[in-house]
Amino acid sequence: MEWYLPVIWAALIGTAVVMYVILDGFDLGIGILFPFARNESERDQMMRSVAPFWDGNETWLVLGGGGLWVAFPRAYAVVMPALYLPVIVMLLALVFRGVAFEFRTVSRSKTWLNVAFIVGSTLATFAQGVILGGLIQGIQVRDGAFAGGTFDWATPFAFLCGLSLIAGYGLLGATWLAMKTYGPVADRARGQAKVLLLAVLIFMAAVSLWTPLTQPRIAERWFSLPNFYFLWPIPVITALTAYLTWRWIETGREVPPFLATIALFLLGFLGLAISNFPYLVPPSLTVWDTAAAPASQIFMLLGTLLLLPMILGYVGFIYWLFRGKVHEGESYH
Amino acid sequence: MDFDPVLLARLQFAFTIIFHIIFPSFTIGLSAYIATLGAMWMHSGNDHYQHLMRFWTKIFSVSFAMGVVSGIVLSYQFGTNWSRFSVAVGNVVGPSIGYEVLSAFFLEATFLGVLLFGFNRVPPWLYVLSAAIVAIGTAISAFWILSANSWMQTPNGHELRGGVAYPADWLGVIFNPSFPYRFAHMLNAAYLTTGFVVLAVGARYVIAGRYIEEGRTMLRMAIGLTAILAPLQLLLGDQHGLNTLKHQPIKVAAMEAHWDGSKPGDFHIFAWPDEKAAENRFAISIPRGASLILTHHMNGLFPGLNSVSASERPPVTIVFFSFRIMLAIGLFMIAAALLGAFLWWRGTLFDTRWYLRLMAQCWWIGFVAVIAGWVVTECGRQPWIVHGVLRTADATSPVTGATIAGTLALFVIAYGVVFSFGIYYINRLIAQGPTGPAAEEPGHFSANPISAAHEAGRTAVGRT
Repeated sequence: MEWYLPVIWAALIGTAVVMYVILDGFDLGIGILFPFARNESERDQMMRSVAPFWDGNETWLVLGGGGLWVAFPRAYAVVMPALYLPVIVMLLALVFRGVAFEFRTVSRSKTWLNVAFIVGSTLATFAQGVILGGLIQGIQVRDGAFAGGTFDWATPFAFLCGLSLIAGYGLLGATWLAMKTYGPVADRARGQAKVLLLAVLIFMAAVSLWTPLTQPRIAERWFSLPNFYFLWPIPVITALTAYLTWRWIETGREVPPFLATIALFLLGFLGLAISNFPYLVPPSLTVWDTAAAPASQIFMLLGTLLLLPMILGYVGFIYWLFRGKVHEGESYH
Repeated sequence: MDFDPVLLARLQFAFTIIFHIIFPSFTIGLSAYIATLGAMWMHSGNDHYQHLMRFWTKIFSVSFAMGVVSGIVLSYQFGTNWSRFSVAVGNVVGPSIGYEVLSAFFLEATFLGVLLFGFNRVPPWLYVLSAAIVAIGTAISAFWILSANSWMQTPNGHELRGGVAYPADWLGVIFNPSFPYRFAHMLNAAYLTTGFVVLAVGARYVIAGRYIEEGRTMLRMAIGLTAILAPLQLLLGDQHGLNTLKHQPIKVAAMEAHWDGSKPGDFHIFAWPDEKAAENRFAISIPRGASLILTHHMNGLFPGLNSVSASERPPVTIVFFSFRIMLAIGLFMIAAALLGAFLWWRGTLFDTRWYLRLMAQCWWIGFVAVIAGWVVTECGRQPWIVHGVLRTADATSPVTGATIAGTLALFVIAYGVVFSFGIYYINRLIAQGPTGPAAEEPGHFSANPISAAHEAGRTAVGRT
């Protein structure tokens, strides 16, 4: 029990993070693509395509963060002080884009709210990438507490991760728009999706090379034998998925490019998990070092097993309810 | 530069949580009001209720968005600013927050989507049910967060090993001694806060002669609710106070600025507590009033602040005054609600202009009372973050004071902007009024008197 409970929790939190990245990823992506819309009617259409969902999507962030706090309080207590500034910047950026959703429907002048939505979405995405990069590159820990400086996270690698995520969420947003809208918005989204797909692939390659070159433990994980025999299909499947995404965008398919982009995200996440497991705070603290008391993990696990299927049920219901394309002039509220 | 990280972390948390609590105290009550309007619409078939329901839903969505985004900030501050709190008591208090996310946040966020965008997509019963689910979600959320906070006030059901709290009895943790009182007091406060907002908006319409029927419905519903809940709040507050006296007597001593526990306590209507000299200046008091309230006996004794050393006392002045602000508003609410009920019974409610004018100005009183109440209970717990278990000074993160000061400044600026716009937009929605389906016309705005009169005329002849 002492061994597998933290592993189960790591998997659950991983699931929450993946759900967050995919779901809030596409609606943050709408914000990233917002500057390229031609007029207010197009922007309304883009926003309406995510309006019923964004609030629930963002709740996965609370579950991921809250889950880390509940299940791994000692990891939470190291990671948050270490990544203090990017976390606060992300939260403030989310404040601005979140209220922009609601304020925009009430306001007569949209310009500043469009700016808040664009800057908030892009900055939140960039900060999330920086947080990921800051975690992968390692956090200085002494006696179980953060022992580094305020700007330790600020490295070229972390900024690269920030830009990668902007491209990634942008791609999710573009394929979402291609699926959920039509007319000029959908056509433009398809063009953007191609550019962003190329950018994502370049960034993925850069991160995949950079991490093993700078982190011996990651190189060892991937390139030592027999690991390599089991792991070589992952980059191959990723390349194949990328090719299919490209083909489906080219041939004007509507749903498959979005699903294929999700698959790309899942593969990227799997790669990161393989690189870093069992470290929750690389390179020193594992899931077992940082786990909450088993009694706390079990108590929370029972609730999760009961409530998570219900959550997935009604989240599925709302996506089904608002299925299909957004019609021009469809009423907001 | 030398900043005190503990003080700054406290200021940052105080600022962000005071900003946050404004929205739940409104949305908990408002969602219940919206669901009630929905039920009345279903029951009576009168579209008038449906217009009111959709009108308040728009206002709800603006406030709910501000509550969500400011709440996410709080959940992350447990780690950024209070990491040693997370390590020391995360085992015990963490699951309450986890259950709040799982059982309430997703429920609220998802069904709010149906409520905001689903009117043309779901049958009316499901639309109204969604409103009810959102209301239940907000109450479940309050349940868990108040359980977690109450555990920090009256920790229970845990054992300490090496400075870390471990759970021993989950029911004891969740239903800790102060939880039932705090939960009832806060939930009722949220309904009262909303009641006075609805009362103010209703009064505003009736005075202006716009949306008169809607305004009258709001007035009747708000007065009916607050006339029961405002007196009830006095009773709940009294019980909550007695519970606090039992578990956190020094907090109560600070609320009453009661220094010498060997004598019965006076109730100070006004005083300036001098924390250095450990006495009150300029006191205007009801002799033995505090003893009567707290022990229900003229000569009853209760512990004074002098029974502990100065370093163990909470900041007396702020607790003392916040308590008086809350109490004064509570008493005013009782008077206002009962007077409203009296006027309604006499049949002169809608013509008593001075009463309507006064009430139209009182939309904010519930918010101030809620904030003052939280200041009492949170500051009154100091110097502990978890009473008797963990001191606030031992709970912070290894982060420099300058970092916290810088981000605090960012929060103040960002929240200042968001809050100003939020109030502005809510005010505009109220100025637009419950226009029914016409509200969907883009750019529709009826602030000028001619279109307002037109609106009122349309409503009066029942055109939808």
